Amino acid sequence: MSILVDEESRVLVQGITGREGMVRTRLMKDYGTNVIAGVTPGKGGEDVYGIPVYDSVEEAWERQGPVDISVIFVPAALVKDAALEAMDAGIKLLVIVPDRVPIFDVLEISHAAKERGASFVGPNTLGLVSPGKAVLGMIGGRAERAKEWFRPGHVGVSSRSGGMTSAISYYLTEAGVGQSTIIHVGGDAVVGLSHPEVMELFEQDEQTEIVAMFGEIGTTQEERVADLIERGKFTKPLIAFIGGKAAKSGTRFSHAGAIVEGSRGSYKSKVRRLIKVGAHVVDAISDIPKVAKKLSKGDTQ
Amino acid sequence: MARLYEFQSKKLLKEGGIRIPEGEVASSPEQAFQIARKIGKPVVLKVQVWVTGRANFGGIQFAENPDEAIEKSSCLFGMKVRNFVVEKVLVEENLSIQSEYFVGLVVDDAQKTPLLIFSSVGGTGIEEIAQVHPEKIGQIPVDVVRGLRDYEARNLVRRTGISGKLLLRLSDTLVKLYGVARKCDARSAEINPLVLTKDNLVYAADCHLAIDDYAVFRHPELGIEVAREFDRPPTPLEKIAYHVEEKDHRGTFYFLQMTEEIPKEENSIGFNGAGGGGSMMSMDAVLNRGFKLSNYCDTSGNPAASKVYRAAKIILSQPHIKGYFASGSGVASQEQYHSARGLVKAFHEENLDIPGVIRLGGNFEEKAIEILATYLKDIPAKVEGYGRDDSPEFCAARMEELIRENDFAGHEVRPISDPIIPEDVYAFETFTGNISIDYKKCSDCQTKSCVEACKADILKLDDGKPVLAISKEEAKKGKCTECLACEIFCTFHEQEALTIHLPIPGLKEYREKILKGK
Repeated sequence: MSILVDEESRVLVQGITGREGMVRTRLMKDYGTNVIAGVTPGKGGEDVYGIPVYDSVEEAWERQGPVDISVIFVPAALVKDAALEAMDAGIKLLVIVPDRVPIFDVLEISHAAKERGASFVGPNTLGLVSPGKAVLGMIGGRAERAKEWFRPGHVGVSSRSGGMTSAISYYLTEAGVGQSTIIHVGGDAVVGLSHPEVMELFEQDEQTEIVAMFGEIGTTQEERVADLIERGKFTKPLIAFIGGKAAKSGTRFSHAGAIVEGSRGSYKSKVRRLIKVGAHVVDAISDIPKVAKKLSKGDTQ
Repeated sequence: MARLYEFQSKKLLKEGGIRIPEGEVASSPEQAFQIARKIGKPVVLKVQVWVTGRANFGGIQFAENPDEAIEKSSCLFGMKVRNFVVEKVLVEENLSIQSEYFVGLVVDDAQKTPLLIFSSVGGTGIEEIAQVHPEKIGQIPVDVVRGLRDYEARNLVRRTGISGKLLLRLSDTLVKLYGVARKCDARSAEINPLVLTKDNLVYAADCHLAIDDYAVFRHPELGIEVAREFDRPPTPLEKIAYHVEEKDHRGTFYFLQMTEEIPKEENSIGFNGAGGGGSMMSMDAVLNRGFKLSNYCDTSGNPAASKVYRAAKIILSQPHIKGYFASGSGVASQEQYHSARGLVKAFHEENLDIPGVIRLGGNFEEKAIEILATYLKDIPAKVEGYGRDDSPEFCAARMEELIRENDFAGHEVRPISDPIIPEDVYAFETFTGNISIDYKKCSDCQTKSCVEACKADILKLDDGKPVLAISKEEAKKGKCTECLACEIFCTFHEQEALTIHLPIPGLKEYREKILKGK
C-alpha cells in the first residue's frame, strides 16, 4: 500500500503554467505520477508537457473525470481561493506547496475541509512521495533524483522540514532501508495533516512497519503523537528526531512553526513526552537508519 | 509575528469600538507635559517596549500633574530594557480601577481554530493565577468563517462566574476584540488587564497585538517595517537584510542576529543555514561543540545566486566572527551550485580571512563542491565544501579544526568600495543589479565562454563580443537569473571584463560606522 497517494491516484495541478508549476509538473510526470490535468484560469486550451490545461477545476473534472488530488502552486495570496475551488469541485486531498499563506486563510481552508470531509497537506510543503509509485509537489527536485534518493520499503517518514524529509529518506535508502510514504507535513504553525494525523494513517497502512519522524520546537504536534501512542492509537515503532535543542525560547526561525510557547512546544517537553511513551528518540540524523535497521522485522526493502 | 506597540494596538481597539484611556504617545518629556496638560488629570506614563512586566523594572510611572510628567518621563526616555532603548512613552489618564480581567486570542494548532481565552482575574501574574485557579479561566474555539457570536462570548464570560450588566459589558468587548484581530490579521491579541473602573466602565488598560507576518502585505496602513518575529526592535543589519529579502522574491533569506556586539575573544561563528529543519540540526551540531552563533540565517527555497551572495556579505559584516558555517538538511531538492557561486563571489570580494565550512548537500552537490574548490583556493582563508554524505557533526568538527589552525583569529570587516566602471562599456540591468562588459578587454579573450556559461541563455556573440540575446527590459525583469556563472568564468578563466554589481543598500554605510567605532 502506502498512504495518501499511489500510482493510480488521479492528480490535478493548480497553477500549472507558472514557473514552479511547470517545473514540478515535469518532475511528477517523469516520476510516474498520474497527472491528468492542470488548471490556470485564463489559459484553458493550452497544454504543459502534454497535460491539458483548463480554466477551472470544475471544467477539468467535467472533461477528465474524477480527480483525487490537487497539487497547488499558485501565489500565496491566491491559495485560499484555489483550495476552496478544488474542494468545491469534489477533490478530497490537496497538497499546498506555497509558503507565506496567511494563517487565517489556512484556518478557513481547514474549516472548509472539515465540512467536506477533505484533507490537505501543507501549506509550505515540499510534498510527498510513495517511492516507486508517485510524487506530489516538488520533493526530490528532479525525477531521476527522486528515484535515486527514495526506494520502496517499510519505513514511513513524516517531517516538519522539507530538507529533512529528503535527508532522512536518503540516509535510509543509503543504509538499504526503503520507505512506504515520505511526507513533509509543512513548516507552518498550522498545517492540514500534522504529525499525529499522519501517524494514524501510517497505523492503518500495511506496508508501513516503522515510522521515522522529524519534529521541531514550536506547536504541539509531537506531544500529540505521544498522546496517540499513550492511548494505543499508534502502535508501530517510532523513531523521533527533534530539531532546535539549542534554540532560544522566544526566537523564531524561518519556519513559522518554530515558536516556543511556554513549556509546551519546547525541545525538552517534546523529548520527555516521546521517551515516556516508548519512542526511540535519537540525537543525530545518522542514528535514524541504524535504529530503523535494528527495529526491522527482516527484509528492509 | 510582527508585534505592535501598546499605543498602536490601542488605536486599533479604539477604531473597533473598545474603550481605551484618554492619552497619546510622547517622544520627549516636553510632549509628555503637553499631553498631561491636555488630559488635565493624574496620568500614568508607560514605556513603549515589547516586554511584559514593565512595572517591575520601573517602566510605569505615575504623575499627579504636568510638571511631574516632565520629571518622571525624563527618567523613562533613553531607559534601556533588554535590547530596547525607550523612545516612546504613552501618557494616559490614570484610571480608578475596581477590578481587572484578562482576554486573549491565540491560534490553536491542534484544532486549527482561533481560540479565545477569558479570565475573571487579570493583571500581572496571570499565568500563575491560571494555574492556581483554573475555574476563573474559560476558553472557546471561534468559528473562523462566521466569527464570534454574542451569545458565545456571553457564555464564555458567564462560565467564569460573572453575571448581570458586567457580563454584557465584558462580552461585548470580547466580540469587538475578535473583530479587530480578524480584521488586522492578528495572530495573537491580548488585553491585560481589561478593567472595570470605579464608575463602572470597561476599559482596555493595556493591549498587545501581533500581526501574522504572512498577512502584513494586506495591511500597509499598519506601517510595519520588518515583518519578523522579534522580541526587540530589528538591528540595523537586520533591517538591511530584510530589505534585501523584500526586494527579491526568489527563495527565502532570513537573517537574525543573536547579538550585535561580539567580543573579540568569543568563539562566535557566522551561520548560514538552508531550510528551517536542516538549519536547526546544523546549529545544534555547531553549538554542541561549544561555539556561539553570531547570527541565524536561512537561504533556502531555491534562492538566486545573487541572494546567497548578499546573505554572505551581510554575515561578513559582523566583526570578530571566527568562522563561516553553511549547512542545511544535506539533501536539498534545489540545484546547489547557485549557492556555491554566490559564496564564491562574496568570499572573493571580501578576500575572506576566516575559515569556512560549506555543506551543500543535494542536487548537483558535486558540481557545487567543485565550484568552491576551484575558485576559492587563492583566498587567504581555507574553505572546505561538503555534501550529503558528510554529517553536520563531522562538518562542525572540521569547523573547529580549521578555526584552531587559523589561531582563533577573528574576522575583520572591510569597507565596501563601489565598483569603478568605465563609462564606455556595454551594460544592462538585471533584476536586482547590473552587468557591465568592458569590450576593450574582450579582444584578448580566446574562449568567449561567458556566452556558454550563461545558463539562462541570454547572451550571444555579436561581431565577437558578448551582447544580450534578449531585450534589456527582459533581462531586467528576471530573464537574467543572476546565476553569476558568466562573471565567475570571465574573472577566473579570461580577462576580467565582465562585472556584476549587486548593491546592498545601507551596507556600505553600516560598515563605515563599524570601522569608525573601532
